[in-house]
Amino acid sequence: MNAFIRRGDFWSGLTLVALGAYIVKEAWSWEYLTVDGPGPGFFPLWYGGAMIGLSLLLVAGAVLKSDSAAPQKHVNWSELRRVLTCWAAFVACIALLNVLGFVVSFALMTWFIIAVLFRKSQRLAIGLAVGGALGFYALFSLALGVALPAGFLF
Amino acid sequence: MDTLSGLLQGFDVALSGTNLAMCIVGVLLGTVIGVLPGLGPPATIAMLLPLTMRLEPTGAMIMLAGIYYGAKYGGSTTSILLNVPGESASVVTCLDGYQMARKGRAGAALGISAIASFIAGTLGVVGLMLIAPPLAQLSLAFSAPEYFALMVIGLAMVVLLSGESLTKGLLAMLVGLWIATMGTDLFSATSRFTFGQTALLGGIDFIVVAIGIFAIGEVLANMEPQEPAGMLPVPKGLKNLLPTWQDMKDCRFAFVNGSLVGFIVGILPGAGSTIASFLSYGIEKAVSKHPEKFGTGAIEGVAAPEGANNAETAGSLVPLLTLGIPGSGTTAILLAALVLWGFKPGPLFISDTPALFWGLVASMYIGNVMLLILNLPLVAVFAQLLKIPAYAMYPLILGMALVGVYSDSSSMFKLGLLALFGALGYAMRKLHYPAAPLVLGLVLGDAMERALRQSLMMSQGDISILFRPIPAGLLLVAAVLLIVPLFKKFNAMRVQVLDQKA
Repeated sequence: MNAFIRRGDFWSGLTLVALGAYIVKEAWSWEYLTVDGPGPGFFPLWYGGAMIGLSLLLVAGAVLKSDSAAPQKHVNWSELRRVLTCWAAFVACIALLNVLGFVVSFALMTWFIIAVLFRKSQRLAIGLAVGGALGFYALFSLALGVALPAGFLF
Repeated sequence: MDTLSGLLQGFDVALSGTNLAMCIVGVLLGTVIGVLPGLGPPATIAMLLPLTMRLEPTGAMIMLAGIYYGAKYGGSTTSILLNVPGESASVVTCLDGYQMARKGRAGAALGISAIASFIAGTLGVVGLMLIAPPLAQLSLAFSAPEYFALMVIGLAMVVLLSGESLTKGLLAMLVGLWIATMGTDLFSATSRFTFGQTALLGGIDFIVVAIGIFAIGEVLANMEPQEPAGMLPVPKGLKNLLPTWQDMKDCRFAFVNGSLVGFIVGILPGAGSTIASFLSYGIEKAVSKHPEKFGTGAIEGVAAPEGANNAETAGSLVPLLTLGIPGSGTTAILLAALVLWGFKPGPLFISDTPALFWGLVASMYIGNVMLLILNLPLVAVFAQLLKIPAYAMYPLILGMALVGVYSDSSSMFKLGLLALFGALGYAMRKLHYPAAPLVLGLVLGDAMERALRQSLMMSQGDISILFRPIPAGLLLVAAVLLIVPLFKKFNAMRVQVLDQKA
C-alpha cells in the first residue's frame, strides 16, 4: 500500500475536496449577483472554491511526502476503540433522554464510562453514577430551575 | 465620559453584591479549570454560556471574564508541580518553574507566579482602560468596507498563528465560514445548506459547535490512556510561598517585560497568550546577565511568562470590545455571549453600554486582587484538585455539555449535533487541524459576509470600494500575513536543498 494512503492529511484532504465541491455545486444554483448587489451564492462560491484549492494542496502534499523511509504514525486501534466507545455511550445517552429522562440516562452513561471503560469496581461506578445524576438534578432542576430532558420514568 | 468618572461608575457596578459574587465565582472557577489539565477556558465558558442567559448580562460577563483570566493564574500550578501545563499559556512556565520545584523552591515559584500575574494582570487592565475608549472613537469612522477588511485581517492573523500547517488553519476557517452560512440568507430569504431540515433554517447555534469541539472533543481526546504524572509536594504555610526580597529584585524587569509584551501581543488579533509568554521569556533570557541559568530554575523565567499571559487577557479585550474582533477561541466565545445578550461589541459599545464596559474593567481590578489572595494561601488546596480522577471528571463534563445545550434550546436535534461536533473536535485534534480558526470563522463568517455584501451594495457591485485607503491598507496587511509564511517555507525548503547538496 502506498504510504500516503495511510496519512490522515490525504483522507481529510479528500473529504474537504468533496465538501468544497458540494458547497460550489449548491452555491451555483443560487443567484451570484442580484440587482441590489451580491446574491446568496456569492460568498459560498468563493470560499467553496478556496476550500477545493487548499484541500487539493493538502492531498498533493500528502502524496508528495509519501516517502517510505519517513517515519509513519500508525493508528492505535485500541485507543481509537476506547474513544469511539465513549462517544457511542454519549450518543446512546442522548438517544435515551426522551425515553428515560436525563437523570436515568446520565446515570447509565456515567456507570458505563466508570465500570466498563475505566474498569473500576461496580460499587464505585454505581455510587458515582447515582450521586452524579442526583447532584445534577438537585443543582440544575431544583436549585436553578433549568428544565432537564424528561422521559417516561423521571 | 472621562476615564476617571467611567472607572468610578464601574466600581459602583462591580461592587454591588451580585456582581461581586459573580466575580468571586468566576475567578474561583477559572483557577479550578486552570489547575485541571485538559479543561480549558473555551470549553468551560462555552458550557456555562447557555446557563448565563438567565443571568443579568453585566454579572454574567464579569463571571465569564473572571474564568478567562482566573485560568491564567491556575495554569501555573500544574506547570510548577507536575511539569504539565494546566493550559497552553503556561507551557513556558514548566521550563524554570518545575526546575525550581525540583530544587525545593516550589513555594517561591508559586509565589512569584501569583505576584507576577497580579502585577501584569493589573497593569493590563490599566492599559485596557486607557486604550479602549480612544480606539473606539477612532473606529467610529468605520463603515461596511472597513469592517470587512478588519474581519479579514482578524482571520488572517489567527490562521497564521494557529499551528504548524497554514493550509490546515485556512481549511478549518473555511469550514467555520460554511457552518456560519447555514440557514436562511437574510438578504434574499434563500435556504442555504439546510439538507432539507427545518431545524437548520435558523442556522447552527454557536454554542453547539463550541461545546462540541472544545468540551466533548477534549474529553474524547483525553480518553486515550495517559501515564499519571508524579506531583511534587506543595510547601505548607504562607511564609514558604513568599519569594525572598532578592527574588523580587531579580524579577523587577520581568514584571515590566511580562506586562508590556503580554498587553501588546494581546491587542494583536490571533497572537494569543502562548505566544506572549514565549516572547517575554525570550526577551527575559536575551537581556539577562546570566542567560545560562534559564531552563535550570531561574525565577525570572517564571515571572516573565506568567506576567505576560495575564496581561494578554486584558489586551485581547481591546479589539473585542472596541472593534468586535475576537483574537482567539475564548474571546470568540465571549463575543458570541455579548451578541446573544443583545449587545453589539464595536465602536459604540463603550458609549452605548458604559455600565457593562466600566463594570467589567473595575471587576478585573477586583478580580486580580481576589486571585492574589486566593492563589497565595490556598494553592495547596487547589493542588488537591489534581487528585480528582479522570473517570469522575469526564462524565461530569459530558453532563454539563448536555445540560448547557439543552437548557438553551430544549432541542434533541441540537443534542445530536453536539455529538457530531464532539466527534469533529476529536478528529481535528488527531489530524492536527486547529480549532480556533473554525470557531472564529463561525463567529465572524456571518458578519463578514454581511459587511462584504453591504459594501458591494453600497457601490452597486463595484469592488473598488474595498480599496479605499483604510480597507485597502488592512487588506494589504492581511495579504502580507498570509504570504510571509509561504516565503519562510520557501526559504526553509531552499536551505534544506542546499544542506542536502552539501
